[in-house]
Amino acid sequence: MSDVADRVRKIVVEHLSVEEDKVTEAASFIDDLGADSLDTVELVMAFEEEFGIEIPDDAAETIQTFGDAVKFINGAA
Amino acid sequence: MFDLNGKNALVTGASGGIGAEIARTLHAAGATVVLSGTRIDPLQALADELGDRAYVLPCNLSDAEAVSALPKQAADVIGSVDILVNNAGITRDNLFMRMSDDEWSSVLDVNLTSTMRLCKGVIRGMMKSRWGRIVNISSVVGTTGNPGQANYAASKAGMVGMSKSIAYEVASRGITVNCVAPGFITTAMTDKLTDDQKTAILGQVPAGRMGNADEIAAAVLYLASPEAAYVTGTTLHVNGGMAMI
Repeated sequence: MSDVADRVRKIVVEHLSVEEDKVTEAASFIDDLGADSLDTVELVMAFEEEFGIEIPDDAAETIQTFGDAVKFINGAA
Repeated sequence: MFDLNGKNALVTGASGGIGAEIARTLHAAGATVVLSGTRIDPLQALADELGDRAYVLPCNLSDAEAVSALPKQAADVIGSVDILVNNAGITRDNLFMRMSDDEWSSVLDVNLTSTMRLCKGVIRGMMKSRWGRIVNISSVVGTTGNPGQANYAASKAGMVGMSKSIAYEVASRGITVNCVAPGFITTAMTDKLTDDQKTAILGQVPAGRMGNADEIAAAVLYLASPEAAYVTGTTLHVNGGMAMI
């Protein structure tokens, strides 16, 4: 498990108050983890802060799952 | 009640009569205030009058880039923006049939689009801190209409619809978004009216007098306060009964 994935998982677990084992590669923030659209905006904000990156709005829209987030951040960092 | 100690406020149009009074009132309740506007001298004079906890950040609201930069500049100066008061506004009155595209768009740009940009600029920080107050200064004419003011009335009504929509989106994060809609208020602008014009206006106001800037500021203070946490998406009309809506 990469460092990025661990840090992303920690943010997701804290923000959405979900069990860690629910946060799988394919877990959708909205469909599987109970996020609403505002939560997804806040998650992206939290990722930007944690990793010191800018996630543009059009890229943010493609980040639907935990795996999407890890992949994007690995590509951006 | 209405204690704003530790809160940081950004007030636009603070060089005008109503804006200056709003800034004074929030400051008196303990808030740190950033005074924004186009005329630097009155802003600086107000900052000097208020003393501590008052800063000046000039901004031309018809300049989109300058508007987008303002929330960040304010946060750099005071640390965060907890309270945003969009008070700045312009009029360019004309009969609708004669109203030029430029008269239309300049009023919409300054009054409505800049309000949108400033709301956008402060909301991220408010989401993070789970607390925020946005108070947009609308106008009675946004509800009633007014001849010669199709552009101004549209901008002020637009503000109300926008505020309600934002209020929906961010209510769960401790952020409220409301409007205050003044009626006829005594300012430098209304001082220019003739006695006949004033008499005609007062005929429409049950209270029989013009309002004062501090009566608008008091409404803003309430909506900005912790006590108004459960009030969102509303428009508080302060108009002496001129329009009971």
